[in-house]
Amino acid sequence: MHWEFVAVGYSFVFGGLALYTFFLLRRGRQLSRRVPPDRRRFLD
Amino acid sequence: MLRDAWLMAVKDLRIELSSRVVFSQILPFGFLILILFGFAVSPDLAVVGEARRSVLEEISPGLFWIAVFLSALMALGRAFAIEATDGNLDALRMAGIDPSGVFLGKALAVAVQLLAIELVVGLGAVVVFDVPFADPFLLAVTIVLATAGITLAGTLYAALATGLRVRDTLVPLLVLPVLAPILLGATLATRDALFDDPAVLGWSWASLLAVFGLLYLGVGMLAFGPLLEES
Amino acid sequence: MTTSEVAPEAAPSGAEPPPHTGSAATRRLGFFAAVAVALMLFFGLYISGPEVTQGEAVRLFYIHVPTIAAAYLGFFVTLVGSVIYLRTRSQFWDLLAASSAELGVLFCTFLLVSGALWGKPTWGVYWQWDPRLTSTAVLYVTYIGYLALRRMELPPEVRSRRAAILGVISFANVIVVHYSVQWWRGLHQGSTLGIDSEIGGMQYFSFFLGLIAMLLVYAWLLLHRFRVAWLSQQIEELGLARALAERRAETDNGGAF
Repeated sequence: MHWEFVAVGYSFVFGGLALYTFFLLRRGRQLSRRVPPDRRRFLD
Repeated sequence: MLRDAWLMAVKDLRIELSSRVVFSQILPFGFLILILFGFAVSPDLAVVGEARRSVLEEISPGLFWIAVFLSALMALGRAFAIEATDGNLDALRMAGIDPSGVFLGKALAVAVQLLAIELVVGLGAVVVFDVPFADPFLLAVTIVLATAGITLAGTLYAALATGLRVRDTLVPLLVLPVLAPILLGATLATRDALFDDPAVLGWSWASLLAVFGLLYLGVGMLAFGPLLEES
Repeated sequence: MTTSEVAPEAAPSGAEPPPHTGSAATRRLGFFAAVAVALMLFFGLYISGPEVTQGEAVRLFYIHVPTIAAAYLGFFVTLVGSVIYLRTRSQFWDLLAASSAELGVLFCTFLLVSGALWGKPTWGVYWQWDPRLTSTAVLYVTYIGYLALRRMELPPEVRSRRAAILGVISFANVIVVHYSVQWWRGLHQGSTLGIDSEIGGMQYFSFFLGLIAMLLVYAWLLLHRFRVAWLSQQIEELGLARALAERRAETDNGGAF
């Protein structure tokens, strides 16, 4: 009973988190290459 | 500070008197919305109940305030559009005008214009929606308090978005969620004032409007200092 | 997401910095977050049983309530960051506030969607004009507006200051909206969430796991999001410095003519 709502809800939330994480990490990599070491603070 | 506020308000109203943007564009716009509501909600739909009001009459308090909100957004946009050119706000700051005075003056000028809009749109609503007046005093108090709340909160948020190229689209997004309590309070208080609805405590809602106005009076006066100190 | 969470080992040590926003701390945190999410899925979808009145829909609660916690925590961190920024004018707190607001909006999206999906089988409708639902919807739009202001083209300090002011008054506004909406609905009906049904031990445990998982994911994402914000700020400043230098070089040439 009501499994379809559970399936849609879980896929939306965890799918959304996965997508957000993917794009966030990718953007981090792209930006990271463009910043020289002397300006890298808070990164470790 | 109060003198600065007065100077600001008079300056803005003088600009309005010579340009007539609010009078010739925003005011007819507010009235037009009322007519469009008539199209959107059929005037023939009757509410079954003791009062047997038409749907349009039943929801007229909310429709009136929505029309006022949309007009207020345009008036707020206009109030900061006249400062956007040539760094006018910087000039004001350098002329030593108190930031709180700028805030109060702008809000006062918008409030005067908005009251004029409300008067005309309200008369239009009375004519086209055919509403009774159970408590004119409560209605007047509601209109004054709601106008104060809309202009004080609206001026603060419009100032946050000033100087941006996308100001026209950002201001509604910022202002409307803030004004949500005003819409609730003003609609319910107006409802009580018009229909004497026993389920609605009109005066309590009017006092919510007063609290809201006082809150944004304080917040705006505090926030305008750091807001205007920028380059 | 569980696989992408643990970033690969850092580049070999040397002068070259690792070309990503991971660090020892985020890798450890990411590992725990991934484990918690996996456990939560296992318990929430498999081990725990259906509830007496809600049926399988109770499983949506294991993600719904934790996303509420993460979203509100996110907005609260934005408030704290904004207040500290206004006092100290420190870039760190400004960027933290911005990063946290974005995550708050993300989790708020999840909370609204999972709530609607829970409401349909339980209440029969996706949406009810419940005070909590209604004020959350207004809150959602408020912080979308905050993010919109942050994306505007303004000098960095001006944008930070305006965003900080907005961050503070947004939270104040949330409180006003919350109470006025509660009063509005309170006149018509009581609170209608109806969550006080019988919940067994395993269901409590799944719910608790969900809370831990979501808060870990929030913390882990916040670290990465903050670093991305910090890096883009550095790039913006570098670009500005370069443009200034070019301008100066131009005028110097102009003087020589």
